[in-house]
Amino acid sequence: MMTNLLDVENLWVKFPTRQGVFDAVRGVSFTLGRERLGIVGESGSGKSMTGRAILRLIRPPGIVEADQIELEGVDLMQKSEKDMRAVRGQRISMVMQDPKFSLNPVMTIGDQIMEAYRLHSKASKSEAYAKSLEMLEAVSIRNPERVMRAYPHEMSGGMGQRIMIAMMLIPNPEILIADEPTSALDVSVQRQVLDIMDRLVKERGMGLIFISHDLNLVADFCDRVLIMYAGRIVEVCDADKLHEAQHPYTRGLLNSLPRLDAPRKRLEVLQRDPQWSTAPSVSGRI
Amino acid sequence: MSMLTVQDLNVWFGSNRDRVDAVIGASFEIPRGESFGLVGESGSGKSTILRAITGLAPDWSGAITVDGQQIGKARPKTFFKTVQMVFQDPYASLHPRHSVDQVLGETLHLHGFKDIDSRVVKLLDDVGLGQKFRFRYPHQLSGGQRQRVAIARALAPEPALLLLDEPTSALDVSVQAEILNLLADLRADRGLTYLMVSHDLSVVGHMCDRLAVMKDGEIVEVLDVAALRAMEAAHPYSKQLLEASV
Amino acid sequence: MAETQTLREWLLTETPTSRRHAKMSALYQGWLSFRSNTMAMIGLGILVALVVVAAGAPLIAPHDPFVQELSNRLAPLGAEGHILGTDSLGRDILSRLIYGARITLYIVALVALIAPIAGLLVGTVSGYVGGWTDTVLMRITDIFLAFPRLVLALAFVAALGAGIENAVLAISLTAWPPYARIARAETLTIRSSDYISAIKLQGAGALRIITKHIWPLCISSLIVRVTLDMAGIILAAAGLGFLGLGAQPPSPEWGAMISEGRRFILDHWWVATMPGLAIFTVSLAFNLLGDGLRDVLDPKAGE
Repeated sequence: MMTNLLDVENLWVKFPTRQGVFDAVRGVSFTLGRERLGIVGESGSGKSMTGRAILRLIRPPGIVEADQIELEGVDLMQKSEKDMRAVRGQRISMVMQDPKFSLNPVMTIGDQIMEAYRLHSKASKSEAYAKSLEMLEAVSIRNPERVMRAYPHEMSGGMGQRIMIAMMLIPNPEILIADEPTSALDVSVQRQVLDIMDRLVKERGMGLIFISHDLNLVADFCDRVLIMYAGRIVEVCDADKLHEAQHPYTRGLLNSLPRLDAPRKRLEVLQRDPQWSTAPSVSGRI
Repeated sequence: MSMLTVQDLNVWFGSNRDRVDAVIGASFEIPRGESFGLVGESGSGKSTILRAITGLAPDWSGAITVDGQQIGKARPKTFFKTVQMVFQDPYASLHPRHSVDQVLGETLHLHGFKDIDSRVVKLLDDVGLGQKFRFRYPHQLSGGQRQRVAIARALAPEPALLLLDEPTSALDVSVQAEILNLLADLRADRGLTYLMVSHDLSVVGHMCDRLAVMKDGEIVEVLDVAALRAMEAAHPYSKQLLEASV
Repeated sequence: MAETQTLREWLLTETPTSRRHAKMSALYQGWLSFRSNTMAMIGLGILVALVVVAAGAPLIAPHDPFVQELSNRLAPLGAEGHILGTDSLGRDILSRLIYGARITLYIVALVALIAPIAGLLVGTVSGYVGGWTDTVLMRITDIFLAFPRLVLALAFVAALGAGIENAVLAISLTAWPPYARIARAETLTIRSSDYISAIKLQGAGALRIITKHIWPLCISSLIVRVTLDMAGIILAAAGLGFLGLGAQPPSPEWGAMISEGRRFILDHWWVATMPGLAIFTVSLAFNLLGDGLRDVLDPKAGE
């Protein structure tokens, strides 16, 4: 029996609008062990909202409701905003899609990493510097001293994303939430970044929530996959069995991809069944 | 007869010390009715070729011939009746304060059409949108619907050559399938020639007859799709790209 | 279906059926989000009241603002027949404030017509055309920006002669450069966007692109800026009036009224305070309105 790092039960994210309350996430339940859990879905399926809601990062007027979001037995929903700040970064980190928007453009990368480190531990400046170098090396950056002095705009997308990962890993979190961490990157760089994440997660025994729209990528990279549609989980399956998925939505998504090895005259178009969005959410709990 | 010939095209930005060469010595030819793909990673200069052809990148040298006509620095109005472009990001390519009707109406007006109302109606039907979308604003449309509007705008002057700059990379896969099908149908119906830029080899493999692989501003290899599917790329870089995308 | 539809539903529909319907619907949506901002509604309320008061001045004002009653000069607040008292010549302060609203509105309307339009023209042309045009136009803008506003206005009024029209002109001449700057900055970002590229590919010329595609996007941020600046403009007009270079006596311009009341400010404080309060209220109203409009109009704020 795997120990659960995170146990989410009946999570809702609601946005009141003029036309009534819009439910972005509707009754999602899942657990996360020391594994790589993929959440896939199209835009608007609520996959990013789920990631943010775990950290209670939904801005008002959005509302997060859940029976529980337990991090190793402690319910995050009961925590005050101040206690949550200690959780964010320290115990659960998040990597966003585009490193350009996550790094401060007027600070050197070294300063930013060191600041992130010293925010969470009372280390001296030289300790922080040594630790930052070590982390940059851990994400396969060859020339860490030079990168420490550089500004974000001098970095390529792949480098920027590695730096973000380095920053997120410094406080040694138990859980890493990666929201489309590679979709802004070229395919060849994508691989490298994923390999780095994979290695770090394995070495440190972290739990990883990997949010993506790319089914093939998730099938390759994760252990278990939640497929989301219209704010609900429609299917849960093991990643290596994703191509044998049963739900018509998952099948439709897979079939709508053009494939080099199987040329077709026309691509299959996904026929959406309104029932998918009303059917209750499948539980992803173990 | 060839629809588009590009010979020894160089495109650069800035001047003197800040000069960046985005495209270096690119040459290729697209026969009428063919669909040709340009593949490469970001920064390889593939989109810049499209911008040079349409005149959006002003600094270029070499020869571009469209439908037998050599293109000079200034493009006459008739040029845009032959060549049209669909942009990558449908969220950025529609004016946020113009309704679908205004977008298409203005385009038709600029090309000197008189029967604007009936043409707007027809264009919307052609791209599978229908009349209820006519008076909506972009923020009331989904990404796929916006891209359909952008395609309708490009079709309005009845061009022969359509330049497609990553037309589906900002869309979900299920919507991508719809748009790719639409583009394939339009090409079959109207005998269009496509020049399609993409980073996704499987999309180009699905849509195109031949493709060129670009790296750092240069075309490293031109091959047909059959060779691509058989994984028979000659250049090491193309091989590497192919392996990364399977 | 269509018969049972209420007007509200018709306006809030996602599928408008005609050009007019789409326009009305967009306007109504904007109004709804504006209405939810209480402070902005207060601002709008004050300004509507100001317009009503100015329009109906002869009906509302209890006295003629120019009639002097020297036997009853400097009457205190709440004096019989004069709720807000009288000034040094025995004129009813309330009536003068009511008639002064007309002058304030006149100034505001004229400046709001001249300055932003001049700024919009200079800024968008400069931003879109670029090159030498940009350099020349922006250096001229810099020259205007280099002077303190009131000093420059003073110089203009001194050259043109004192009077309300010249004061308006002088304020407008000093007010346009910031608008030009804003419009230019907006144009620079809009210029490189895909939708401008797309319309260029339809063969559209610079004039069409500027007027039909860039202006509609610049105007909203300018309107916001103008409403926020209105307070400053009213104060500048009042300042010129105070210095005797704006409206001339016996015109009941609020700034001139403060100037007159200044001599008695220690013993008869209300003579200067009442027009001061009026200026304060209207300035505040414009600021509140501007804040609300920013939420509705600024495309960057939403989504």
